[in-house]
Amino acid sequence: MDAIFNFQVITDNFTYFMIGRFPHGPLGGLGLTIYLAVVSCILSFFGGLVLGLLSLVRNPFISYPVNLFINAVRGLPLLMVIFWMYFLLPALMGRTVPESQTVIMGLTLFTSAYMSQIVRAGIEGIPPGQTEAAISTGLKHWQVMLYIVLPQGLRNMIPSFVNQFVSLIKDTSLAFIVGVSELTHVATQVNNRTMAYPTEIFIFIAVLYFFLCYAFTSLSRWLEQRLAWRKAI
Amino acid sequence: MLTYQFDWSVVTSGKYFEWLVSGFMVTLKLSVVGIILAFIVGLLIAVMRMSHFRPVRWFALAYLEFFRNTPLLVQIFFWYFGSYKILPQAVNDWLNSTNFEFAAAVIALTIYTSAFIAEDIRSGVLSIPKEQMEAARSAGFSYLRSMQYIILPQAVRITVPPLVNQFLNLAKNSSLAMTIGVMELTYQARQVESYTFKGFEAFTAATIVYLVLSTSITALVHLYDKRVLNPSRAV
Repeated sequence: MDAIFNFQVITDNFTYFMIGRFPHGPLGGLGLTIYLAVVSCILSFFGGLVLGLLSLVRNPFISYPVNLFINAVRGLPLLMVIFWMYFLLPALMGRTVPESQTVIMGLTLFTSAYMSQIVRAGIEGIPPGQTEAAISTGLKHWQVMLYIVLPQGLRNMIPSFVNQFVSLIKDTSLAFIVGVSELTHVATQVNNRTMAYPTEIFIFIAVLYFFLCYAFTSLSRWLEQRLAWRKAI
Repeated sequence: MLTYQFDWSVVTSGKYFEWLVSGFMVTLKLSVVGIILAFIVGLLIAVMRMSHFRPVRWFALAYLEFFRNTPLLVQIFFWYFGSYKILPQAVNDWLNSTNFEFAAAVIALTIYTSAFIAEDIRSGVLSIPKEQMEAARSAGFSYLRSMQYIILPQAVRITVPPLVNQFLNLAKNSSLAMTIGVMELTYQARQVESYTFKGFEAFTAATIVYLVLSTSITALVHLYDKRVLNPSRAV
């Protein structure tokens, strides 16, 4: 095996794989992957919350278009959403938009649609007795949602949110397409420069992604068990 | 943007229309070949995952966790750029004699999707009451035969909706094959854009195709749910 594989290419470029040219240049590599995932995750949490709540509004003039939008986004490949952002953002904003922002917007839009389904399921999972009890104590609808339903629902949604974050980490690899120098892009760069070690490079970054994602997958499973245990009491 | 002139004729007829149609055919081909292979591999891994022999079970578990927790794009790059070092020479020769881009995309999509399908099948199997297995075993079936004749036929029936969803995911994921030069729908939309500068029209056309595909498949799943799984509610 030693004769075939040569992992020197990894050790030589290790810092580049981890943080790109940072601190002398822009952040790249694994660092940028995590940055993109975290920022998109935070934004799409709020996006998903808003879309999920709007899709449950009783007024069909609001809920119908929102559901249509959610289903349309869920029916598209992420790549397509990123290309749309790539075209539409500069046109809408009237200026050029940096690639990393394009990707963050694409990931946010895409993931918000999926998050909204988690929010929806979480809200619908709260027994209607809770809502009825809250209304009969004199709370308004928005107060019921804000103080009674959401605090309970959000707790149950946590494991699914963590799973969605894992998908996001994997999805950031698509930033490669528009030239954002995250981990996958850095890997192809190093591969193009060194030419001879594609197997080593792609196995290495696959393992990196794996450890990162597996840690969060395990966290999500642990949370799920813990929440189930707390509910049982 | 104000000066942009829409020209839908670019994508509704002529050469560029044909590009998009051929792209759609490649997307379909990738998805259909991929889902068939992924189903076979997924079934195998699901059975291995439930095996009573530990090394087999651990292998299946490692397979599932690794391929589910790695980006598809990286897997595609690995099979396209890096697989030659780990595959036997005969396989490499055969792959190079075929359409290698397509083959690499199919391998990556198959393996990635099979890991998800295996978990869907497993949860289908786990939903079959364990008395079914006990009855089959006491009737003299071996473990594998009980799986084959008693458990899997029932499990597959409930697993159809998640499997169809995996097909849909596969069709969407196949767009990543454009990165290694497979001329599927997204690739062709991009081509039309760079040849005509009519990006808006090209991507609208591709978007509509993807939406029609996903909407019709989702509708079929709903129908199956109603008619086959819960026939009482269909009335």
